[in-house]
Amino acid sequence: MNTEQYTIQTEPYYQSQGREVALYEAAYAARLPVMVKGPTGCGKSRFVEYMAWKLKRPLITVACNEDMTASDLVGRYLLDANGTRWLDGPLTTAARIGAICYLDEIVEARQDTTVVIHPLTDHRRVLPLDKKGELIAAHPDFQLVISYNPGYQSLMKELKQSTKQRFVGFDFDYPEAELETLILAKETGLDAAMAGRLVKIAGVARNLKGHGLDEGISTRLLVYAATLIKHGVAAQDACRMALVRPLTDDADIRETLDHAIDSTFA
Amino acid sequence: MTEIPLIVPIGTLPVTEYQHPLMQAYWVQLDTQFKPVEEVFEAVMEEALALLTRAGIKDYLDAARLIGKLGRGAEPMLAFLEAWPSAASTLGEAALPEIMAVIDKMQRSPNSKAITPFLQTLAPVARSVQTQAQMQHYLALTLDFMERTTGSIHGHHTTFPSPGLPDFLLQAPFLLSQLSLGGLKNWVEYGVRNYRSHPERQIDYFTVQSADSRAVLQRERHGTLFMDVERRLDLYLRGLWQDSDQLVPYSSAYDEIRKPIPYYDKLGLRVPDVFDDRAGVTGMDRYRVVLAHMIGHRRWTTTQVADNWSPFQRMAVEFFEDCRVETLLCREYPGLHRLLLALHPHPVEAACDPLTTSCLRHRLAMLSRALLDPQHGYHDADLLDFTARFHALMAEGEASTGAIATLALSYVARTRRQTDQLAKVHFDDTVIDYRDDNRQMWRFIEEDDEGEIADQHRKMDKSEELKGLPPRHYPEWDYQSQTYRPDWASVYEGLHPSGNAGDIDSLLQKHGALAKRLKKMLDLLKPQDKVRIRYQEEGSELDLDVALRSLIDFKGGAQPDTRINMSHRTDGRDIAVLLLVDLSESLNEKVAGSEQTILELSQEAVSLLAWAIEHLGDPFAIAGFHSNTRHEVRYQHIKGFSEHFDDTVKGRLAAMQAGYSTRMGAAIRHAAHYLGGKKADKKLLLVLTDGQPADVDVHDERLLIEDARQAVKEVDREGIFTYCINLDPKADEYVADIFGRQYSVIDNIQRLPERLPELFLALTK
Repeated sequence: MNTEQYTIQTEPYYQSQGREVALYEAAYAARLPVMVKGPTGCGKSRFVEYMAWKLKRPLITVACNEDMTASDLVGRYLLDANGTRWLDGPLTTAARIGAICYLDEIVEARQDTTVVIHPLTDHRRVLPLDKKGELIAAHPDFQLVISYNPGYQSLMKELKQSTKQRFVGFDFDYPEAELETLILAKETGLDAAMAGRLVKIAGVARNLKGHGLDEGISTRLLVYAATLIKHGVAAQDACRMALVRPLTDDADIRETLDHAIDSTFA
Repeated sequence: MTEIPLIVPIGTLPVTEYQHPLMQAYWVQLDTQFKPVEEVFEAVMEEALALLTRAGIKDYLDAARLIGKLGRGAEPMLAFLEAWPSAASTLGEAALPEIMAVIDKMQRSPNSKAITPFLQTLAPVARSVQTQAQMQHYLALTLDFMERTTGSIHGHHTTFPSPGLPDFLLQAPFLLSQLSLGGLKNWVEYGVRNYRSHPERQIDYFTVQSADSRAVLQRERHGTLFMDVERRLDLYLRGLWQDSDQLVPYSSAYDEIRKPIPYYDKLGLRVPDVFDDRAGVTGMDRYRVVLAHMIGHRRWTTTQVADNWSPFQRMAVEFFEDCRVETLLCREYPGLHRLLLALHPHPVEAACDPLTTSCLRHRLAMLSRALLDPQHGYHDADLLDFTARFHALMAEGEASTGAIATLALSYVARTRRQTDQLAKVHFDDTVIDYRDDNRQMWRFIEEDDEGEIADQHRKMDKSEELKGLPPRHYPEWDYQSQTYRPDWASVYEGLHPSGNAGDIDSLLQKHGALAKRLKKMLDLLKPQDKVRIRYQEEGSELDLDVALRSLIDFKGGAQPDTRINMSHRTDGRDIAVLLLVDLSESLNEKVAGSEQTILELSQEAVSLLAWAIEHLGDPFAIAGFHSNTRHEVRYQHIKGFSEHFDDTVKGRLAAMQAGYSTRMGAAIRHAAHYLGGKKADKKLLLVLTDGQPADVDVHDERLLIEDARQAVKEVDREGIFTYCINLDPKADEYVADIFGRQYSVIDNIQRLPERLPELFLALTK
C-alpha cells in the first residue's frame, strides 16, 4: 500500500496559541485518542495536519456527513468478476498502516456510525470487521483524532457520552487579536496594520454571536479577505465580500458590520 | 420691525388722519373702523410695503377689507394683515386667491370660527411648506378635513361646525415642523376617520392631547425613527463597543424651547426618538455617533467632584473631556472622525464680539473644533497653545479625566474675561448636539446626600400593583386606510371563575354513547402513521428503486450504493391546539326547538372535545373571550397547555358565562401569542363562535370583520392554522371573509357536541 500519499511533505504553517503542541505530543506518546473542539475555521484541521507533520505520521482525513455509514469507515465487500473482493475503508487503512485517522466534524455522522470507533479508542485498540470475520489489532503508531464544533446548539448534533468519554480534549477558539494579526500577516503576507484592522472587524462580528449570528467571522474568512486584499482588491470591498456577505442574510447585522468596516477603514 | 409712534391720538376721529398722504389713501382703501387694526396699521403697512409689489399691496388691502366685512370682528383682519406680507414673500403673491377661496368656503359653512386660527398660523405654515404648490396641498387638506368633519342632520344640511378644525389649524405649525405634508395627511386622515362622530375625542386628537394622536404622530414623523432602527443600534453597541445596555428613547417632539439632550443613567442610554439627516450624515449615523460618545464616557471618564469648581470651570472641563473621549473613540474607529467633523459646528472666529457678549461658549466651541479638526483654521494664540498641549497630553496615551481637567482649568485661568459674566451669551454654532449632558461626570458631595433621602421617599409600595395581569395592547386593523391603529385594544387576561366540576362529569355521562363512538375514532387516530425510511443498509424490505440503481452502477464499473433496503417507523403526532370560545351575550339565547341555550350546548361540546383531546394526548388549551369596548377585551383562561382535564378545569368549564360583545381580532392575536410560544409541528387555533365580530363602540360592521381577517392572516404567518366553527346559520355572509375556507358552519346547533370533536379529529387526521 502506498502510505506515502498520506504523508505531509512540507511544514504547514501553524501558530500555537498555548501549550497545545506539547500536550498533543504527550497524548500521542501515550496513543490516546484526541478530540479537538472549536468554532468553524479556527484552525482545528490545520493543527492536526501540523501535528501529523511534526510527528512524521501519515494522516488520513475523513470528512463526516449524515449519509455516512459504518461501512464507509470500515470497508465493504465489492462484487467483481470472480465473486467478491474486500475493500478497506479509511479507518481500517489507518489502523493497518499506523496513521493518524482524523474524523472531521464527527457530529455530522449518524450516531450508529460513530459507535464503530469504540473498540479502537479504549484499551483494546482493535477494529473488528464483522463482515470479513477479521479482527485487526491497531498498528502501534495508530491514533484516532476527531473534531467537532460545539456551537451548533442542536440537540441532534451532540456526541454521546459513551463516545465523548474516550478522548482527551483540546478546546480551540479564535486566537487573541494580536496573535490572530500575526497569523494573518504570516499566512498571507499582509502588513500588520491592515491585518490588525481585519481582526478588529472580526471582533465586531464575534461580539454579535448569539444576537442573530450563529458564528462570528472565522480566522479562515479573515485569511480569505487578506488574500483578496493582497491581490489588489480594495480593503472595504474585500471585507464586505469575504467577511460579511457569506456570514449572514440578516439586513440589520449586515448593515452593522458594513458600518464597522467603514469605520475601521477611514 | 421699527416702531413708529403714532402722532395722531387714536379713536377720537371717525377717520384717522395719517401724516403721509399715501398712508391715508391706504387707510381709506382698507375701509374699516376697527380700533385694534388702527393701532397697528402703520406698522404692518411698513412691512407690506417692504415685501409686496405695488399690485400686491392693492390685492392685500382688498383682501383685508373683504375679511373685515365678514362680520367676525377685528381678529381675522388683524391676523391677515400681520400674516400675509411674510407669507407672500415665501409663497409668492399669486397664492392669495387660493387662500381667499378657502376663507370664503369657511365663511359659507358653519366653520367661520376657524378663519381666525387659519389666518393666525398662515405665516409659520407658509415658512414650513415653502412653495405655492405645497401650500395648495395644505389648503386642500384643510378643506377636505373641514368637509368631512362638519356635522349634518339627515344628510341634507351641514349644520354643526367641525369640532377639531380650529384646533388643528392652531396646531398646524407644530405639526408641520414634525411631519412632512404626506405625514400630516396620514395623521389627519386617521383622526378624521376614527373620531368623526366623537366631538370631544376629535378635539383631543387634533390638539395632540390623546395618546393615539401622539402615537400616530410619532409613526409619521420624518427622519430616522428610533423604533425602526432599535435592533440595528443594539447590534452596533454589542458589535462595535461590547456594550449591551438598554436603549431608552425620549420624545423630542414636545419640548420646543428646551430640547432634551442625550444622557445615560442606571436605566440605560437615553437617545431621542427620531433623528433627521443633517449635514450629510444620516439619522442612523447620528444615532451611532451619540451612542459612541456616551460609550466613550463610560469607558474613559472618571467621576469628578464638582463642588469646588465654578460653572464655567465645569463647562470647560466638560468640553475638554468630550474632546479627549472623542479622540480616543477615533483611535478605535477612525471612520468616526468624518462623522464627528460633519456634525460638529465650525464657529467663525470673529463671530462673537467680546466687548458686548459673553463669548465663553463660542471660545470653547472653537477650541473643541480645533482639538478634533487639524484643519480648523483658527489663529488665536491661546487656542493654538492649548490645542498643542492637548495633543501632547493625548500623545502619551489615554490621559485621564483628572489630567484633562487640570488642562481645562488652566485654560479657563488663561482666557477668562470680564464679559463672560454678561447675560447676553453667544449661542450660534456652539451647540454640539451629539454630545450627552455629562451628568455622569460630576459628583456633588452636598446635593447627593439630599438626593438619596428624597429617593427613599419616592419608593413605591409594590404590593399595590400585583393584582391581576396588566393588560396587553394589540393593534387593530383599519381596512379603510390599510393601516394598523397602534395599541388599540387592551386585553385583560384572567382566570375563569370556578364552578362545580361534577356538572361537567354528568354532561359527559349524558353523552356516553357519543363518547364511545369518539373513542373508536380516537384509537384509529393514535400515532400510527408509517413513514418510510430509505437508504438503509439493513432494513425490513428491499427498496427496489435503489437496488436497481446499485446494480446498474455495478455493471457499469462504478461503486454501487449498498443501502438498498428500507424500513419503516411510526410517526408521532405533534399538534398543539388552542380552543377559543366566544362568550358573548348572544350565547344566552335559546336554540330553536330546544330548551338549551347555545352556551349550554357549547359547554357540552367543549367538554367532549377536551375529553377527546386529553385521550389523544395533544397539548391543548381552552380560553374564553368577550369584550366591552376596545378598552376592555377579556380573555379568560379555562385550561392551559400544561393542565390536565381535571376537576379544576372542569370546574371552570362548568362556570362558563356569557355576556358583552365579540372583539375577535384582539382575542385571536392574544391566543396566538400563547400558541406561538409552543413548540409543535402544527399549531391549530380553533375559534368557536356564534356570530360575527362586533362591539358596542364600533359602528362600522366591516371594521371588526376585516380586523379579524387580518388577525387570521397575521397568525397564519406565524405558522398557526386557524379554523372557525360557527353556529350562526347566516354566517356565510362573513365567515369566509375572515377565515377563508377554514371554517364550518353548524346549522343544527343541537348536534354541536358530537360535531365539534368530529371536526377536530377530521382536521388533525
